[in-house]
Amino acid sequence: MSQINKEKGVQFIFLGIALLSITMLFLIMLFLFMEGIPVFEHVSIKEFIFGDLWYPTDDEPAFGIFPLIIGSFSVASFSAILAIPLGIMTAIYIAEIADKRIAEIVKPVVELMASMPSVVIGFFGMIVVAPFLQKFFNIPVGLNLFNAGLMLAFMAIPTICSISEDALFSVPSALKEGSYALGATHLETIIKITIPAALSGISTGVILGLSRAIGETMVVLMVAGGAAIVPGSIFDPIRPMPSTIAAEMAEAPYHSEHYYALFAVAITLFIFTFIFNLAADYISYKYKQTEESY
Amino acid sequence: MLQKISWRRKNLQKAVFFSFSSSAFLNGILLIIIVFFLLSNGIEAISWEFLSQPPTDSMTKGGIFPCIVGTFLLCAVTIITALPIGVASAIYLNEYAIKGKLIRIIRMGINNLAGVPSIVFGLFGLAFFCIVLKMGVSIIAGGLTLAIMTLPVIIASSEEALKSVPDTYRQASLAMGATKWQTIYKIVLPAAFPGIITGAILGLSRAAGETAPIMYTGAVFFSPVLPESPFDAVMALPYHIYVLATAGTNIEETLPLQYGTAIVLIALVFGMNLIAIILRSRIRKKMKI
Repeated sequence: MSQINKEKGVQFIFLGIALLSITMLFLIMLFLFMEGIPVFEHVSIKEFIFGDLWYPTDDEPAFGIFPLIIGSFSVASFSAILAIPLGIMTAIYIAEIADKRIAEIVKPVVELMASMPSVVIGFFGMIVVAPFLQKFFNIPVGLNLFNAGLMLAFMAIPTICSISEDALFSVPSALKEGSYALGATHLETIIKITIPAALSGISTGVILGLSRAIGETMVVLMVAGGAAIVPGSIFDPIRPMPSTIAAEMAEAPYHSEHYYALFAVAITLFIFTFIFNLAADYISYKYKQTEESY
Repeated sequence: MLQKISWRRKNLQKAVFFSFSSSAFLNGILLIIIVFFLLSNGIEAISWEFLSQPPTDSMTKGGIFPCIVGTFLLCAVTIITALPIGVASAIYLNEYAIKGKLIRIIRMGINNLAGVPSIVFGLFGLAFFCIVLKMGVSIIAGGLTLAIMTLPVIIASSEEALKSVPDTYRQASLAMGATKWQTIYKIVLPAAFPGIITGAILGLSRAAGETAPIMYTGAVFFSPVLPESPFDAVMALPYHIYVLATAGTNIEETLPLQYGTAIVLIALVFGMNLIAIILRSRIRKKMKI
């Protein structure tokens, strides 16, 4: 009897610990909202999101984060244009084309890319890429949307690649063999059979890669230039949401308007990435179910 | 005619495959370029003094010893808290849980936690650990913030390690009369141990390189003394690079220090990752035999 009770107790403890992650997620949301909501006593939600002036420290402060949202999305989109094709093509190469031996070398390279600390990538962008862009394109500043997009692409590629590769790898070989038997070439099989079969996994990877690009802080803090304006060209400096928070939190007094406003920026950022993550989660969940029903 | 078409198909395939392989190798080239640039510019800065001395002359000279110690201490707090919680969560998910709504919600929570932007962890740590729990800017607040961020990585890899333990192990143990907990404790965990350690190293390498979560919770600009208690703030390698590169008064003058610190950080992170990669490939080989 006591043995059974002990077993039940153990299981209960493990359940409690497993619930910690979701408790933490809940606490994060709770604190963001607790510390961010008060700003809406000073500014309406509409003004906050669509206002295009961000002067948090002026005598008459303006808290419009529209330029910051546009900054985040423009830089993430630019990095997506580079990272999506590169990430997926690399994944196809590893999963479908490369010799096993070469794949065993390329995979760790992608993993090392993923593990590169963001501050080092930001540092590289500042010290090496910025002066190069300045000379090459003959522009006044090298710290801009273009540079930040390049650096973010470098960070998004491994996420997109490794998840897509998993998805491609798990396509049943019977499907591919069927295609070969009908006379399709290797390329035709990849394009018409393997990629469509792995599409949901690939989209999960793309969404998570983009979510990472939007939430990434150090790179945009160091490389994006920091001007809170809606960019007119890809060589304009921008100030995405994460860099605004990271740059200004130090100078915002505790429980000041500015402090609340920064937490409200964090709420906005959190909601965007949350939607991305839920979408990815939903797609991969559905995908798993169909896979099991094979 | 038929031959002509197949010739075209073959060439098309060659061209497309070439572009696939070049994009794969582009990644490697980019990685090598970055590492090469850092090494060629900063290797002169690395010396025993650099690694073992504190910064001097308002951080324009001297070494990075306090940053190494700080990063080490933050990582220690992180792994002490995140590893047991992560492994226990993975045990529940893989060994006990029955498919259903509850599991679905727990998994969704973990996946979403993994996608929270690093600066949001930083703000949460600041509001919760530093202010509400009155820890202040300290090793413990920074380490706990990093621990929450690392948790999903550790859960995912521990689960993979538990999954790779063959079911026959469990069945044999249960058939011998062992209870479920005894089976997990004496059979499953030891078999999954190398995989769990691999995951812990990967999680740790991520924690060591992160800047945004610790910049308002655990790391400081400059600290003249080494920390004496877990409630002291520390200098940390990634934050030190950021500070020197953006906020210093002599950015040009401290450039060698910046390169040097970046090299030390990369060596640390890549070293941990290489160990994990080698460990994992060994485990996989073992499993196959």
